[in-house]
Amino acid sequence: MQRLEDLLQVADEVVAAAQQAGATVAEASVRSGRHLSTKVRLREPELVEEAASRSLGLRVMVGQQVAVTYTSDLSPAGRARLVEDALELAKLSQPDPFAGPPDPSLLSRPEQHVDLDTFDATMDAMEAADALARARDGEDAALTYDPRITNSEGSTFSRASGESVLVTSGGFRGTSHGTYASLVVSPVADDADGKKRSGYHWAAKRHLAELADARSVGEEAARRTLRKLGATKIASTEMPVVFDPDTARSILGLLASCVNGSSIWRRSSYLEGRLGSAVASPLVTIVDDPLIPKAPGSRAFDGEGLLSRRTVVVEKGELKTYLLDSYAARKLSMESTASASRGSSGGVSPSTTNFVLQPGAMSREALLAGTPRGLYVTEMMGFGFNAVTGDFSRGAAGFLIENGELTRPVSEVTISLNLDEILKRIDAVADDLDLRTATASPTFRVSGMTIAGR
Amino acid sequence: MTSRYQAPFAETGPTPIDAELSRKLLDVALQRGGDYADLFFEYAVSGSYAYDEGILKSAGRFVSMGLGVRVMKGDATGYAYVEDLDFEAMKHAARTAAQIASGGHAPPPVEVTLRTHPERYQVGLLSLDVDGAEKRALLERADVAARAADPRIVKVDASLAEEIREILIVTSTGHFVRDRQPLLRFGVRAIAEENGKRQSGSSGGGGRVGLEYFEARSPEFHAGEAVRQAIAMLDAREAPAGEMEVVLAPGDSGILLHEAVGHGLEADFNRKGTSNYTGQVGNQVASELCTVVDDATLMGSRGSINVDDEALEPESATLIEAGVLRGYMQDRHSAAYFQVRPTGNGRRESFRSHPMPRMTNTLLLAGQDSPEDIVRSVKKGVYAKKFGGGQVDISNGDFVFSLTEGYLIEDGKITAPLKGVNLIGNGPDVMRKVVMLGHDLEVSDGIWTCGKDGQSVPVGVGCPTIKISAVTVGGTQLG
Repeated sequence: MQRLEDLLQVADEVVAAAQQAGATVAEASVRSGRHLSTKVRLREPELVEEAASRSLGLRVMVGQQVAVTYTSDLSPAGRARLVEDALELAKLSQPDPFAGPPDPSLLSRPEQHVDLDTFDATMDAMEAADALARARDGEDAALTYDPRITNSEGSTFSRASGESVLVTSGGFRGTSHGTYASLVVSPVADDADGKKRSGYHWAAKRHLAELADARSVGEEAARRTLRKLGATKIASTEMPVVFDPDTARSILGLLASCVNGSSIWRRSSYLEGRLGSAVASPLVTIVDDPLIPKAPGSRAFDGEGLLSRRTVVVEKGELKTYLLDSYAARKLSMESTASASRGSSGGVSPSTTNFVLQPGAMSREALLAGTPRGLYVTEMMGFGFNAVTGDFSRGAAGFLIENGELTRPVSEVTISLNLDEILKRIDAVADDLDLRTATASPTFRVSGMTIAGR
Repeated sequence: MTSRYQAPFAETGPTPIDAELSRKLLDVALQRGGDYADLFFEYAVSGSYAYDEGILKSAGRFVSMGLGVRVMKGDATGYAYVEDLDFEAMKHAARTAAQIASGGHAPPPVEVTLRTHPERYQVGLLSLDVDGAEKRALLERADVAARAADPRIVKVDASLAEEIREILIVTSTGHFVRDRQPLLRFGVRAIAEENGKRQSGSSGGGGRVGLEYFEARSPEFHAGEAVRQAIAMLDAREAPAGEMEVVLAPGDSGILLHEAVGHGLEADFNRKGTSNYTGQVGNQVASELCTVVDDATLMGSRGSINVDDEALEPESATLIEAGVLRGYMQDRHSAAYFQVRPTGNGRRESFRSHPMPRMTNTLLLAGQDSPEDIVRSVKKGVYAKKFGGGQVDISNGDFVFSLTEGYLIEDGKITAPLKGVNLIGNGPDVMRKVVMLGHDLEVSDGIWTCGKDGQSVPVGVGCPTIKISAVTVGGTQLG
């Protein structure tokens, strides 16, 4: 592809320029992308946005002094400034005995990079009129679904495509590209007491042809909004909590931040020192897998050029490893798990790829049927999590479960329990895993949490 | 003094953009019959310094530049941006944005004139123009102070972020405005450990200020605050669960107001009828103790702006006066809809995004009570001192806030520190339950960033000590 070749050439030149200027390590990543975003509200176009962009990120080391620079100006003057700034800042930073490039023997070669089918060559051809029509169809389905849907926050259809390259002075050269199409529909309903209830549903895929039908997304958005009508607080109590896949993955995301090698050496995770011990119930197995075709977080190599691999993080409740880039690995005297992620601004840190709680055998219906009384959580609000201690308390909304069935809607309560206990109290995991997001989980149940309400 | 950082499109830059060139681009943008168009040129340079484990571990500098072109036709917006400020590339963006309008007559050519505005930024020494070693020294001072403060401190990190954002906005209504918006943020985090228990504390501040900021608020001050908080929280106990009286400390608690009330008063939600405050102007929406303003004019505050991102000059807008809703925060689009004067609240994250009504510095003004009397009046409740952040459902005002530092109040006295607590409630409901208001209005030291529709903008918050008669506290201890 010509685009990738052009980006590689820019990266090669920047790495050479940085080395010439005195960098002992230079790593350049260059990205380009195109996007179209269209929004319809109450069946009329509200926004059509279209743009193409490029960016260049550089990390340099002079000995063990590190600096990062970024620019959206890829002109010769912009590139020269990028390199000059990086060298100036590297001389300002102080030697870090753990800084350095990855071991050259660990770098992957282009022929090892598998095609993960993340790119749809037809994506860029989609015109604004087509995108607007899909957004309109999605919203129309929600608006006509039920007369209680009285308003709309709109419906947005977007497409994006992009490519990136990484070139390092250690000899790595890699390219990747990806596409994404998404539709989100956000209807509003009027409740009996005059309160408004907003809800939404969305679909996203790497390939346009695989995206769910717009009307079905709109209808589901309407159902999700309507079911919130009449929501009330409940009295404070302790009871089982069932997390739907959306809120379950949010819990999983908190765990992801605590197994991140960077949090461990920063002493900011309650999981420090817990390798090899039980950190969750035996029903819990969590895998970070960058090699799933077409998945949102897939990649053939990591942000430092190491070959991507599947990593079992928690196996039947036992913490097997942290997620490490080469810096965190050196800090902790461990091996990199090829989890380096390079931000657009040039910095490198460990991150998850597709971070997935493995599904259980029971259906969601069976899980609910086996819950005589509990809270089914479909939404969480706020940021009440302390990674250092694991303390967790967030606002929640959802439904009361009575005799195995969802009965009345609940809002304005908080759910609290230390994350360590939440994971250990998982007593059922359903089979309804959907890889719509990079961090993904099926429905699961926690045997008891504190609910604060009236 | 002249800055090393100047936009290429500045008057004295290498490739200045003038009224003539802008007019040509606006004519292209409106050639399909749009009602309104604007050009938003932006050059932003930011720097970051991360001090960790006793060394300046990494430093970074980031340059972003481009042009956003917006065309409006009725309620519809066409938007395009380019990073390349070559005339042909800019013209292409203008044509792309123009597509939103189809048909209609091309309006007559636009005439633009330069506008000036007041100066609300307090910058002697722009941080970016100061030698990096001086900033490294500030971080080192914080690190040394935090480590020396208490033997239980096991980890310290400190950071400094600096920015200059130079903008040029040209509108088809004839405005041509330039502004240079500085921003500085300093932060310290400390982790304390004792008997196997570990807690973190943090403190930060800044605003649209230069390095003189540190004359009033030293690095040692923030180090001390971070340490104090981490040490205090070592003794934290499980928080109560359920509804009770809550006292909010002055300053940072304004974030609660920002979330619970502020967002619902942004005019776009009200234009669409999706806010719980829609149609409420003139109604009592809060306790009569409450007067809420959005004030972009505070000198040097993080949310202050000389000009908004639609070339309009914001002032101090009264949103709620003695409990009665007076008006919304407007951008050009919503102001035209409501047929009111725009309030200068049209803001955007960067040239890559279109403007929306956003807050600047949102304040709940002072009352008459003494803070001591307020605490003394509570038999059993929670004293909320520092907040980590919050979130609101605009459609009905339901909110959640996380406390990073909170205490129990027992028999009128602040007693034990509490572990991670949330406050959950409903904005309009809580505002009606404000029963006492301190005379101690404080504006938060500049740390807050507000997110809306994926766009982040710096904001300020502020309030006096506030007593709310009942809020749900999300702890773990029932009964």
